[in-house]
Amino acid sequence: MVNFLIILLLAMLTSSLWSSEDLLNAIKRIGPKGEGNTKVVREWSSVKQMSSSNIPKLLLGMNQANDLGDNWIRAAIFEILDTSGKNTLPENDIIKIIKNLQNHGNTRITAFDFLNSSAPQVAQSLIPTFIDDPEPGLRRKGVQLLLDQASTLEKKEQSIDAFEYALGKARDVDQIENACKSLTELGKSINLLKVMGFITNWKVIGPFDNTARNGFVKIYSPEVELDSHNQDHKGKSGMIKWQDFSTSDRLGLLDLNQPFGHIKEVLCYAYTEFNASKESIVQFRIGSKNAWKLWVNNELIFARDEYHRGSTRVDQFILDGRLKAGKNQILIKVCQNEQTESWTKQWEFCFRITDTSGTPLLFTR
Amino acid sequence: MKISKLILISLLLNAFAFGDWLGFRGNNGNGFVDGQLPADLNLISSNSWKVSLPGRGLSSPIIVNNLVLLTASSGPQQKNLHILAFDIENGVIEWERVFKATGRTICHEKTCVASSTMVSNGNVVVAQFSSNDIFCLDLKGNLVWLRGLTFDYPNIANGLGMSSSPVISNGVLIAQVENDADSYTFGLNLQNGTTNWKKLRPKGANWTSPIILKDNSTEWVGLQSKTGLSFVLPSNGDEFWSYNDGASTIPSSAIAPNRSVLIPSNGITAIKKANNGAPFSQIWSNNKLSPGTGSPTVSGNQVFVVNRANVLTSASVENGEINWRLRIKGPVSASPITTDKNLILFSEEGICQIIDISNIIEAKVLNEMDFQDTILCTPAANNKSLFVRSDKSLWRVSPKSKN
Repeated sequence: MVNFLIILLLAMLTSSLWSSEDLLNAIKRIGPKGEGNTKVVREWSSVKQMSSSNIPKLLLGMNQANDLGDNWIRAAIFEILDTSGKNTLPENDIIKIIKNLQNHGNTRITAFDFLNSSAPQVAQSLIPTFIDDPEPGLRRKGVQLLLDQASTLEKKEQSIDAFEYALGKARDVDQIENACKSLTELGKSINLLKVMGFITNWKVIGPFDNTARNGFVKIYSPEVELDSHNQDHKGKSGMIKWQDFSTSDRLGLLDLNQPFGHIKEVLCYAYTEFNASKESIVQFRIGSKNAWKLWVNNELIFARDEYHRGSTRVDQFILDGRLKAGKNQILIKVCQNEQTESWTKQWEFCFRITDTSGTPLLFTR
Repeated sequence: MKISKLILISLLLNAFAFGDWLGFRGNNGNGFVDGQLPADLNLISSNSWKVSLPGRGLSSPIIVNNLVLLTASSGPQQKNLHILAFDIENGVIEWERVFKATGRTICHEKTCVASSTMVSNGNVVVAQFSSNDIFCLDLKGNLVWLRGLTFDYPNIANGLGMSSSPVISNGVLIAQVENDADSYTFGLNLQNGTTNWKKLRPKGANWTSPIILKDNSTEWVGLQSKTGLSFVLPSNGDEFWSYNDGASTIPSSAIAPNRSVLIPSNGITAIKKANNGAPFSQIWSNNKLSPGTGSPTVSGNQVFVVNRANVLTSASVENGEINWRLRIKGPVSASPITTDKNLILFSEEGICQIIDISNIIEAKVLNEMDFQDTILCTPAANNKSLFVRSDKSLWRVSPKSKN
């Protein structure tokens, strides 16, 4: 009888492991446009056989899954905890996952979120260790703690030191701005351009025709002759030249109405070179309320055909990409449309490059 | 009768529990409540309750099988997507799911990522967010499937935020994700989330929601945009008929009696589907009935619109002639809801106004309640109670005494 029970137990355990393996494999194969959806739906019933002991393995599955797969895994963990109870979360294993920087950021922050839900005190005790974390969401929690602590200090010099320390660690725009605001109030001026690493020096050429917004898809010569930034090009009303253009705006905003005037149904190109010390995976961070396209080293990174839906924001679009060692060519096409309302005057963009944690890469020409 | 037919009928009866409120503007696509909603609703009555929410939202609650369900968004850039279910009797949370946005979450500050109202067929619920993440769950909160339409097509996005609420028709989830760039409507298989069809739609920001017109056993889905209203078959997205004289991109069309549809176009334009299989024809248009942000609402032979000057107007569904006008407390973002006697309307400042609409000559304000919070969502109703939410709270408001 005892033997039978042991065999039954082992069979159940093995079945649970197999089923979690099958499900995770299906989740890891989830692709865009619904690819792999039916397979996961088919395997999903296996979640009912899982217990809290499967949660660490599910979380680690996020290391190979995409963002959609991550949400499937979150759903599986919620379902398991609904059945077995929040307090069954294997805390020690979860903490190990959070602390292991080899795990993907989504894995670690999801582990933190579940820990925070079941054992908030334990989770909160980890936050001071996050101030240099490569996962922006965790780092943000650590930085917030620094900002909160700095705001409680009474002595001015201590406050300045604490806010400067927080500013050095902050990567999210709102936290950087909060630290700067506090430092300004304490009499310290901060160069946000430098702190955030905006690229401020460009060559620009325009205007090209964008009547009826058709210029967005039209390929003008600067797009095909990337090394032509010393040549003249045929613009909307004759031959036009590249010109130097820079900004001292505190958030790196380049107002294209300045070099070209307040004109409508036009577009221009902005070009710069970025020297990277080594090949690296980076994020290109662009803000613009106009339609735009971004190329890096002749590769189209992203294009957005939308005008004046809200204001230009720093880090409005965060795009994954790669820099090669040495000179990198960056070309941005910025379009202005036909609208005449007062809120459609802006023709502008801001741009910076960071690593995947949000740390700015400093510009050198 | 075959056994399979009996089972099907039994399933359908189970699926639509009496008094459920299954989507944006209820079950009728026009804000009309199938039941009573007394005028003596009171915030502090014994059956009323208020609970805190974990995040922002202007999506409406829906009510399915004694659960009040709604969405919320929280965290930096509102990337946490919450789907919540509360016990209708006491507001106790039954379950919560939190996902991460896979699409863009930037919005105008007045709106937020939890802007689209959930929809249900009585067996599953579907939540869509401004990030164009879509989740289908069963009534216990277990995931059935998910999609990330901006993950799939990165240019499905609107810099001001998206807010179209999906509908379910003939086993297909219809999601309008229309914008200036990649502008589509999707028909997703409700069983597994796969794409049944994807329809290229007019480019342009569009915050309107689809409507379902039913004629006996046939359903058509109306897709509104700046170009007008297009009726498509839910099975394949093929167009059946279209009205092409332009339409609003904020307030949505409303279903009216006798296969009529009221379109926010040139004020309000009414069209009617012939009952002989022929398509629609225009029956009237009145440019003095332009709705503001909220959609037109119907009760019997009356259509109600609130304009940008905070004037509530009643007009005849049959011919568009105006019955009465009433200045109300505004501004108003929410769509009103109606019973056969009353109209319930929220101002953005949180003033709930209950208006007697039983007399087509004159309207009368019967009751006002101050929720002391910003209310942008269209309320839901069930079994003589009203359900509404703000960024911070969800309320059930019931009559003073048990009726």
